[in-house]
Amino acid sequence: MAEAIDVRGLTRNFGHFVAVNDLSFSVKQGEVFGFLGANGAGKSTTIRMLCGLLRPTSGTALVGGIDVSRDPEGVKRRIGYMSQRFSLYEPLTVDQNIQFFGGIYGLSGERFDARRTFVLEMAGLQGREKTLTKDLPGGCRQRLALGCAILHEPSIVFLDEPTGGVDPLSRRRFWDVIGDLSAEGVTVLVTTHYLDEAEHCHRLAIIHAGKLAALGTANELKQVFSSRPIVEIQATQPVQAMAVLDRLDTVEKTSLFGTAVHAVMRNTQSSPAMLAAALAASGVDVRGIGPVSPSLEDVFLDVVERVGAA
Amino acid sequence: MGKILAVGSKEMRQILRDRRTLLILLFIPAFFLLLYGYALNFDIRNVRLAVQDSDRSTKSRELVSSFVNSGYFALVGYEDSDAALARLVDEGAVRAILAIPAGFERDLTLNRPVSVQVVIDGDNANTASTVVGYARMLIAEFGAVQMQALLSTPGSRLLPPVVIVEPRIWYNPQLRSALFLVPGLIAYISMITAVVSTSLSVVREKERGTMEQVRMAPIGPMSYILGKTLPYLAISFTSAVLIVVAAMLLFEMPMRGSWPLLLFSIGLFLIGAQAQGLLISTIADTQQVAFQIALLSSMLPTMILSGFIFPISSMPVVVQAITHIVPARYFLVALRAIVLKGADITAFWQELVALAIFATVAMGLASLRLRREWA
Repeated sequence: MAEAIDVRGLTRNFGHFVAVNDLSFSVKQGEVFGFLGANGAGKSTTIRMLCGLLRPTSGTALVGGIDVSRDPEGVKRRIGYMSQRFSLYEPLTVDQNIQFFGGIYGLSGERFDARRTFVLEMAGLQGREKTLTKDLPGGCRQRLALGCAILHEPSIVFLDEPTGGVDPLSRRRFWDVIGDLSAEGVTVLVTTHYLDEAEHCHRLAIIHAGKLAALGTANELKQVFSSRPIVEIQATQPVQAMAVLDRLDTVEKTSLFGTAVHAVMRNTQSSPAMLAAALAASGVDVRGIGPVSPSLEDVFLDVVERVGAA
Repeated sequence: MGKILAVGSKEMRQILRDRRTLLILLFIPAFFLLLYGYALNFDIRNVRLAVQDSDRSTKSRELVSSFVNSGYFALVGYEDSDAALARLVDEGAVRAILAIPAGFERDLTLNRPVSVQVVIDGDNANTASTVVGYARMLIAEFGAVQMQALLSTPGSRLLPPVVIVEPRIWYNPQLRSALFLVPGLIAYISMITAVVSTSLSVVREKERGTMEQVRMAPIGPMSYILGKTLPYLAISFTSAVLIVVAAMLLFEMPMRGSWPLLLFSIGLFLIGAQAQGLLISTIADTQQVAFQIALLSSMLPTMILSGFIFPISSMPVVVQAITHIVPARYFLVALRAIVLKGADITAFWQELVALAIFATVAMGLASLRLRREWA
């Protein structure tokens, strides 16, 4: 299968600050590729370079086979882009927004009519064409923004934190739309910091401090814990429990997950029972303890910590 | 072309949706004209006058009535005591004192030199110097009448004066300051409206993030800018014409020249103003900053450095040099020439060329900066 996006040694400096540092990865046609990273990790800078909005300092990026540094305009014609701000014109109606974006993408006639119908359907806005965009609920607005970004049927779509500030149900619907696009062969590169969402992606890249820290499917990424089981502890005083666990040789590290504590073990030999005994000996009240399978959040924290220490 | 139209119609819809802004753009300028037009008035009428008449003769009363009948002075009353007069001036009850010495009539009939004193409150230098001018003129006229009377008396040994000044003031014979100021106001108000509205419209898109979305589309910065500015050009043009019409109706501004030439000059001026607004919007990142820069950069130079109120020829050389980059300076010359003098294009083509140069340079700078931001 052809590579929709191919990035080799992509680097971008802002003065002395290296925002994106020697990034290399590729994305296959029709793949949903997730970009994870903390704020300021370099996700948006990378996307902006791939969209032809920002010139790379060095390295190459081929998007749809086109070099973004040589022909940013050619790239723009082939891709769709939607940012976290759902850039619609709020004082205009749904239909006027569609007309505007159709106009600047050079759509007209039957093709425009067909695409307009598609967007209205996808966003669930049939019959609300004359509603002002600012009066739409966040989820509808987000889907309309996505529709406007893909009016011209691009084969590659970039979504920069598309689900910020949207309710869980709308987020779910949004990911269904992304799934449909992918099924039609559209490549989707999406950044997010909602780790639960990342499970929808075929493959994930974790970016930390401008560098690629991990790359693979969600299951592949979770393999870092194959020899280091995770034990979840429910305690009345989680902070105290963490202090006790951190002193144990068998525990590599602990972190807080809501009211629960996750302890990463150094090897597969140590059992939850040993931890429970240690906690009881120190007078920490344990309400529940048992092994859990690693979540993407465990992976993310682990990766970021390791890269930070290196 | 289709893309320019798409941007233009989007912008127009946005403006139309925002009724308040539209009303502000169209009618606030005319409202400003009213406000400034009536408040900014350098004509001086009804200066409060006290008279110290130590002669109490027919001639002295004649002089006083020539002051009062001129319309420039309003008689508050007669007062003999110096101290009382001084108090009247201090209190502001009186702005001018006419003191006629004893023996005024006798000296006049005996053809002896005679002087009257005019005291003027100098707290406002502009008013004072104008009042001095009026008083001089009235006294000189009075003197001339007396002289003629003497000459017609048989046995007079006086010779008629050799040189006589007969002033004729062209284009504004009554020297109404409104005729001088209103064209300046037209330039001032249109400049502010055009610069501010254009700069805000681009920065708004930057602020809302819609600019980034548009940049992702295959549309060049020039098409985008053209599409965005054309609606504002249409609106500020309409608004400028409204001000001209309002000035003609309310301030009896004449329109002696050709309308097409006037509209052409207004258009050229507004394009330059919009280019300035665009340049500002490429520098500013928020609407607030853009608004402040736009207001300052359009208001102050147009008010102070364009010849609107203060004559350029009396400025220091350095300041005079700076006025060359103020577009209103050229527009004002053209506007006054067309409206007041009915001059044709040969009288002010250089000013139109200067306006075109300003528009081109500002537009070039704006598109350079925008291109850098765009790619």
